[in-house]
Amino acid sequence: MSTEAHTAGSKSVFNTFNIVAGVIILVGLGITVLRFTGGLGAVTNLDDNNPWGIWIGFDLLCGVALAAGGYTTSAACYIFGLKRYHAAVRPAILTAFLGYALVVFALHYDVGRPWRLPYPIFVQQGTTSLLFEVGLCVFLYLTVLFLEFLPVPFEWLKKTKIRNFLVKITLALTIMGVVLSTLHQSSLGALFTIVPSKVHPLWYSPYLPVFFFVSSIAAGLSMVIFEGTLSHKFMHHAMDEEYLKHHDTVVFGFARGCSFVLFGYFMIKLIGVAYGDAWHYLSTGYGALFLVEMLGFVALPCFLYAVGARDKNAKLIKWTAAWTVLGIVFNRFNVSIIAFNYQLPSAERYFPSWMEIAISIFIVTLGVVVFRFISKRMPVFREHPMYKAEH
Amino acid sequence: MQRRRFLGLVGAAGVSLAASGKAKAASKEFSGYPGSHAVLFDATRCIGCRKCEAGCQKVNDLPMPEKPFDDLSVLDQKRRTHAENFTVVNKYDVGQQAPVFRKFQCNHCLEPACASACFVKAFKKQPTGAVTYDASVCVGCRYCMVACPFEVPTYEYNEVLTPRVRKCHMCHERQLEGKLPGCVEACPKEALTFGTRDEILKVARARIRNYPGRYLDHVYGEKEMGGTSWLYLSGVPFKKIGMREDLGTTSAPHLTTGALAAVPMVVGLWPVVLGGIWAVNKRKEKIAAEEQKAAVNSAVSETQEKAQQEMADALAKAEASTQRRIDNEVKKAVDEALKAKEEEAQSQAEDGKTDEEGA
Ligand code: SF4
Ligand code: SF4
Repeated sequence: MSTEAHTAGSKSVFNTFNIVAGVIILVGLGITVLRFTGGLGAVTNLDDNNPWGIWIGFDLLCGVALAAGGYTTSAACYIFGLKRYHAAVRPAILTAFLGYALVVFALHYDVGRPWRLPYPIFVQQGTTSLLFEVGLCVFLYLTVLFLEFLPVPFEWLKKTKIRNFLVKITLALTIMGVVLSTLHQSSLGALFTIVPSKVHPLWYSPYLPVFFFVSSIAAGLSMVIFEGTLSHKFMHHAMDEEYLKHHDTVVFGFARGCSFVLFGYFMIKLIGVAYGDAWHYLSTGYGALFLVEMLGFVALPCFLYAVGARDKNAKLIKWTAAWTVLGIVFNRFNVSIIAFNYQLPSAERYFPSWMEIAISIFIVTLGVVVFRFISKRMPVFREHPMYKAEH
Repeated sequence: MQRRRFLGLVGAAGVSLAASGKAKAASKEFSGYPGSHAVLFDATRCIGCRKCEAGCQKVNDLPMPEKPFDDLSVLDQKRRTHAENFTVVNKYDVGQQAPVFRKFQCNHCLEPACASACFVKAFKKQPTGAVTYDASVCVGCRYCMVACPFEVPTYEYNEVLTPRVRKCHMCHERQLEGKLPGCVEACPKEALTFGTRDEILKVARARIRNYPGRYLDHVYGEKEMGGTSWLYLSGVPFKKIGMREDLGTTSAPHLTTGALAAVPMVVGLWPVVLGGIWAVNKRKEKIAAEEQKAAVNSAVSETQEKAQQEMADALAKAEASTQRRIDNEVKKAVDEALKAKEEEAQSQAEDGKTDEEGA
């Protein structure tokens, strides 16, 4: 059946996926023209009080958090020696690489003079800025991810020598990747430590960097499960036995790990509230929002993951992964948009324009299209026959 | 090689961030450049005439607003600064007979949030006290706007190629020429007073002392966010004239020192920790492999021994049976031989008997 669908898909370009993706991309291109001929004001609802909208809150903060599967999986496999997760490494690295590439791409829309994006690294370094740290780490990590992914196209092109060299330095790359990820995952949270007066006390904490780092691990693990599920459904024909055999091991292992991480995260968030002595806000409207986040998107998936791992219930785990991913998005939105500028009267608050939303969807779509293109052709979900079981 | 280069780059990042941390640590006691200037705004003197707005507009070559500056009806709305005006005066109904007016512009922090947030160092705290901005390096990320606790910097959102961040620069150039900031010069009521920050603080305290009941005992900006170069006096709580009283006295750069200080630690410690974990796992794997090998070896040698033993046994058995067969054969042969001899002897004896008989 899957071969049937596959041949049908390759015969006609006009399947549902391509049509929807095509429309989104056309709209995206249209808005792109508007953005680069009319300025930020022509397409966004940003203003002087709300300089950052969803292009930062979603494209940057969520994009980076959800790309955390790259460093978590490769660390689990190569550093912690959990070799049975090996099958998950390549898809995760590819997702991470594309994720970061798209983050950088998205930034071109958001910053006023995108051609100056290399300035902070090459022209004048504002080393006191946490954004500098973010920029430098993203730049370096993108390079590392690129190198980590390179063996795949080289296997595809049968360039054995260089591929073998790259495989040899995997460990070094992995360690670098974890260092860089630790730094910029946390510094994204640290960006907001400079504004205790603007982020609602329930979300503001000097521990924000730690919160962002720990939750990025949960995000990474959940993304690997979630994205694995989707790929499993739609990319089945590109997968080999080896991948399929290990798929469930990865799911159960990551579910257990994620449950632990979420538990830890819940605890340190409590410590954060205690440290800021923000308990009394819990009875306000923002308090309700905070409780929804903590109970619904942290405690609940923590519990469900644990149950799923215990009962070997892959279906439950997969739904939980999707829920957790949603929770991470919710959290990043809360910090950067919803609980940000909470002190402003509602008339001065920010809500994204439809064009901002469309661009974000456009960028996600681009990611999916490229991911499909690469993983259909290159040995991502399968081992290349020439290099079987030797990496 | 590749790896070393990367570690080098990361290391460099760590070190530079560490160094910046140090610079900030040194700034712990920073209370502004000596002799730097400040402006005092006295809310009890301001009459909301908007002359300061007009003065700012003129000296900065900013476009004239739609409604002229002598149209005071705009005071009825709450306004903020925009890319085309660096200062506004707002009117506040504070429950007294007369409304209170308050001027709003960049406060020129002693340790500015915008400057510490900018990743290309576009902002600079000048020795004059002004916080200036250099559009020639600005990327337009707008983190400065996020970081400013007073919501001051504005942006040219409708500029396509060369959008700038815009804000009051305390007439830095005019100050260097020995002139007053445009707004101060334009104020007809001396609601604005310009001087060195030390003098200005003294003036402010003197007013509080000399007019009891007229002022609150608080010079806004003396300590707020680590201190600012604009200082405020008011007869009504600052909160009532739109100024936040919950900002605290920690300067913005200090809020981020913790996160920055963690960077070199992560760069220094993480690889060691991770490398250690890796090594432990490698070692575990190696030991496991060795143990497995040893087990295999011993199993192999055990089987070998057993096989040898069996072979030896079999050989021995075989030997024994051959021996027995040989023995049997020999015995049989011997027996036969003996029997033959016996028969011969017997027949000889019989022959002899016949011979004897015959003789
Ligand atoms: S008030 Fe805002 S813009 Fe002005 S110096 Fe302070 S941080 Fe910078
Ligand atoms: S918008 Fe410009 S001045 Fe502001 S932080 Fe970014 S680069 Fe610096």
